[in-house]
Amino acid sequence: MAGANPENGAGGDDPSRRDFIHIAAGAAAAGAAVTIAWPLVDQMNPAGDTLALASVEFDLTKVELGQSVTIKWRGKPLFIRHRTGAEIAAAIKDDNAPMRDPQTDEVRHKPGKAEWLVLIGTCTHLGCVPTFGGGDYQGWFCPCHGSHYDTSGRIRKGPAPTNLAVPEYAFVSDTMVKVG
Amino acid sequence: MSGHSNYVPKTGFERWLDARLPVARLAYDSLIDFPTPKNLNYWYTFGGILALCLGIQLATGIVLAMHYVPHVDHAFASIERIMRDVNYGWLVRYMHSNGASMFFIAVYAHMFRGLYYGSYKAPRELLWILGCVIYLLMMATAFMGYVLPWGQMSFHGAVVITNLFGALPIIGESITTWLWGGFAVDNATLNRFFSLHYLMPFMIAGVVILHVWALHVTGNNNPTGVQVQSKADTVPFHPYYTVKDGFAIAVFMLMFAAFVFFNPNALGHPDNYIPANPLVTPAHIVPEWYFLPFYAILRAVPDKLMGVLLMFGAIAVLFILPWLDTSRVKSLRYRPTTRMYFFIFVVACFILGLCGARLPDEHVIPGLKTFQLLDADLNSMVWLSRFATAYYFAYFLIVLPVMGLSETPLDQPKSISEPILSPSAALPAGAAASPEKRG
Amino acid sequence: MLRKGLAIAALGLALVGGPALAAGSQKEPRTVDWSFSGPFGKFDRAQLQRGFKVYREVCAACHSMNLMSFRNLGQKGGPFYDPKYPNPNDNPYVKTIAKEYEVSDIDQETGDVVKRPATPADHFPNPYPNEAAARAGNGGALPPDFSTLSKARKGGADYVYSLMTGYGTPPAGLEVPSGQYYNPYMLGDVSAFWKGEGYAPKGGFIAMPPQLTPDKVTFDDDTKSTISQQAKDVAAFMAWASEPKLEERKAFGVGAMIYLTILAGLLYVSYRRIWRNVAH
Repeated sequence: MAGANPENGAGGDDPSRRDFIHIAAGAAAAGAAVTIAWPLVDQMNPAGDTLALASVEFDLTKVELGQSVTIKWRGKPLFIRHRTGAEIAAAIKDDNAPMRDPQTDEVRHKPGKAEWLVLIGTCTHLGCVPTFGGGDYQGWFCPCHGSHYDTSGRIRKGPAPTNLAVPEYAFVSDTMVKVG
Repeated sequence: MSGHSNYVPKTGFERWLDARLPVARLAYDSLIDFPTPKNLNYWYTFGGILALCLGIQLATGIVLAMHYVPHVDHAFASIERIMRDVNYGWLVRYMHSNGASMFFIAVYAHMFRGLYYGSYKAPRELLWILGCVIYLLMMATAFMGYVLPWGQMSFHGAVVITNLFGALPIIGESITTWLWGGFAVDNATLNRFFSLHYLMPFMIAGVVILHVWALHVTGNNNPTGVQVQSKADTVPFHPYYTVKDGFAIAVFMLMFAAFVFFNPNALGHPDNYIPANPLVTPAHIVPEWYFLPFYAILRAVPDKLMGVLLMFGAIAVLFILPWLDTSRVKSLRYRPTTRMYFFIFVVACFILGLCGARLPDEHVIPGLKTFQLLDADLNSMVWLSRFATAYYFAYFLIVLPVMGLSETPLDQPKSISEPILSPSAALPAGAAASPEKRG
Repeated sequence: MLRKGLAIAALGLALVGGPALAAGSQKEPRTVDWSFSGPFGKFDRAQLQRGFKVYREVCAACHSMNLMSFRNLGQKGGPFYDPKYPNPNDNPYVKTIAKEYEVSDIDQETGDVVKRPATPADHFPNPYPNEAAARAGNGGALPPDFSTLSKARKGGADYVYSLMTGYGTPPAGLEVPSGQYYNPYMLGDVSAFWKGEGYAPKGGFIAMPPQLTPDKVTFDDDTKSTISQQAKDVAAFMAWASEPKLEERKAFGVGAMIYLTILAGLLYVSYRRIWRNVAH
C-alpha cells in the first residue's frame, strides 16, 4: 500500500514499487549490505599470523623405535609414531578385515616409510585425545566414548565414524618431516 | 504505538502472531504507515543516518572485540594485528574509528536541525532530553573507545579527562582513584574502559528506542513548526521517507567511504600510533575533533574547578533548553532576529572548536600586537575562547528567554499544506531565507 | 543562502583548524611524488626491495621493527611478493632472507635458550635485548621502533625523507650540544641554544647522526645510490610497513565509491519518482 494517499496524489498514477527503478535501487542497496557483510564474516577465518604458524617441521631422530611423540600443530595434538615391525605386520594383516572406514595400511604412510605414522591425535567421534596402547587392537583407545583404533589408526570398534586423520605432510629429508 | 492502527493481518500466520505478539503491527505502524509531515527537508534525514551509524559501530565493534586484547602489554599490538593479519581487519577497524567521527558529524547536524526548527519545544521536551542523554552516552563511549588502542594520545587523553574529576572538592581524589583502579591510568583502567565501551552502545540503543517511541507519540516536528492538522499534511513514512532517507544515507556513505578508504587517519592524530608511554607526554594533547569545543571551554577558565563545571554546564544547559526558550513559535524561520543570534551561536561553536585545537597563547591574528588583559594577550586563543564561551552560555540563558518575550515573530502558515498550495500568498518573508528548496 | 553559506564556511573552518599545531617547531617536510599516494596509488615493488635493503644494512643496527615478520615481505603487496607462492611462508626468497637471521628459541629437550635460523613466521629480531640496552647504546636516546613510525609522524613518508636528507651545517649562532645534531625537520625547540639575531631557527636536535652517504648501500637493480635515493626508498619501505594493506584498501575503495555513486543515483531517481505527485 505504498503510495496510496489519494489526498496527495495530484494525478491518478501513484508511485508503484514495481517500477523498475525502485527494484534496481532496492537491489543495489541489498548488494551493498551483502558486500559489507562478507568482511564481517571473513574476519573470523584464520588470520595471517595464525596461518603462518600452520606448518611445523619436525626432526624424526628424536623418536626412538616403538615410541611416539605428541606435538602441538594448529592447536591440536599430532601423533608421530615410530612403529615396530610387529605393529606394521599387524596392521597389514588386517588390511582386508571388515572395517567401518576401509583403508589399507599402505595408503596411511608415505611410500617406503612404513615405520613412520603421522596422525592427527583427535578422535573422529567428538574430538577427545585417544591414548596409545589401550583398546582391543593394540593401537589407540579413546577414553571418552570407547572408540578402538588399530596400529594403523583405523577405527575398529566404537562410535567414531572414520579413521584417525592423516595430515598433509612431506619428508623434507630422510629424518625431517614438514606437516601442513 | 499511539492512536489507531491501520495494520490488517493478511495471512493466517500474521493473524496468529498479531493476537499473541503484535510485532508486525508495531513495525507496520512505526516504519511503514507512520504519518509523517510531507515538508521535511534533508536536515531531517540525519535521524536515519544516525541509526545506521549506531548499527555500523555496533557491528564493527563486536568484530573488533573478537581480536582486541585489553591489556597494556598487548592492546597496541593487537590493534596492529587486526590491521595487518586479520582478514579485512583494516576495513573493520578503520570503519569503526572513522565511524565514530561520522556519528558525531551526523549527531551535530541532527542537533542543529532540532535547535533551528525548535524541535525541543512542547510537546517534544522529553524527546529532546532523551536525545541529550544519547549524546552524553556517545561522548562517554567515544572517549573510552579512544583509550583502547593504548597509543600516546589514548593514554594521555585518559589521564587528562579522568583528572577532570579531581577538580571536585573533597571527593575528587577518591573519585579519580576509583576510576583508575590504582594510582594512575594503568591496566585496571584499560580493562574497565573496555568493558564499559562494550556496554554503553547497548545503553545507547536502549535510549534510542525510547527516543523513537517518544517521537512516534508526538509525531515529527517540521520546518514550519506548525502541528500537523489533517491527513493532507502528511504522507506515509514508507515509501516517501524510506527512499528519501535512503538517498541521504547513500550520499553520507560516500563521504564515509572517502575517509575510510583514502584518508583513514585524517581525523585521528599521528601520535596515537606511538605506543603509550606514561613517562613522556606528547608535545600537544588534543582530544578528538568532536570534543574540541568543550575542551576550549575547559581551558577558557583559569580555575580548575570552574573550568570543569563550565564544561559540564555547557552540556547540562541543553537539558533545560525546552524551558529556557519562552517563544510560542517553534521554527526560527519565523523568528528573524533570534535566527541571527542563532547563526552567531553556530559560529561561536566552530570558533570554540578552532580554539580547542590551538595552544591557548597562540595569536589569533598572527603578528598583531595588542595589550595584555588580565592574564593573557587580548589577541590570543584563550581570550577568543572566553568570548565564544560567554556567547555560548548567553545564547541559552539570555537570548532565548528574552527574545521569546520581546520579539514579534512573522506570521506562521495556518497549516503545513498552506504555503505549499498557494506559495505566493502564504509565503512569509522569512521563508525565503530558508534553503530547503529541494528538487 | 545565509544558512548554507555559514554552514559550509564553518565546516571548512573546522576542517582547516582541526589539525593541531604542536608546541615547538619544525620545518614543513618536502613533498615527494610517491607512487602510493592518491586513490589509485600502489607501492613500487623495486623501491620497496631497495628500501628493505637500506633498512637492513643501515637502520636495523639500532631500529627495531617489532610488528614485522619475515613472511610479511612475501605477502601480497610486499616487496618480495611472488604470485607463485600465495602463502608467503613458502616463498623461497623470504625463506632465504629469514635464514640469514638468528632468533632465540627454547630447546624443547634441555630448556636452554638457543639460537636458531629464523623462519618466515618469525618476527624481525630486535637489535637490543631491552629498552635500557637500546638507550645505553645510543647516548640515552631510544631509537624508535619502525613498525608504525611512518604513520606516527605528521607528514608520513615525506617527513622520513626530509629528516634523512635534512642534515646540514647548523645555522651560525646555534650552539649544538655534544652528542646532538641539528635537523630543521625534527620537532623541537632550539631557542635556548640560539645566540644569533632574531628568532631561533625552526627544527630541533636529534641524537641520531647523519646515516646516509652516497653508495653506502649497493642496489641490486643498478639504481644510482645517492643519499636522496636511499632516503626515498627507505621512507617508502617504512610507509609500506606501517600500512601493508594500503593497496588492498585503495582498490576496495575505488570499487566502493563507484558502487555507492551508482546506488545514490538510483535512489535519487527512485526518490524523484515516488515524490513526483506530492506537492511539498
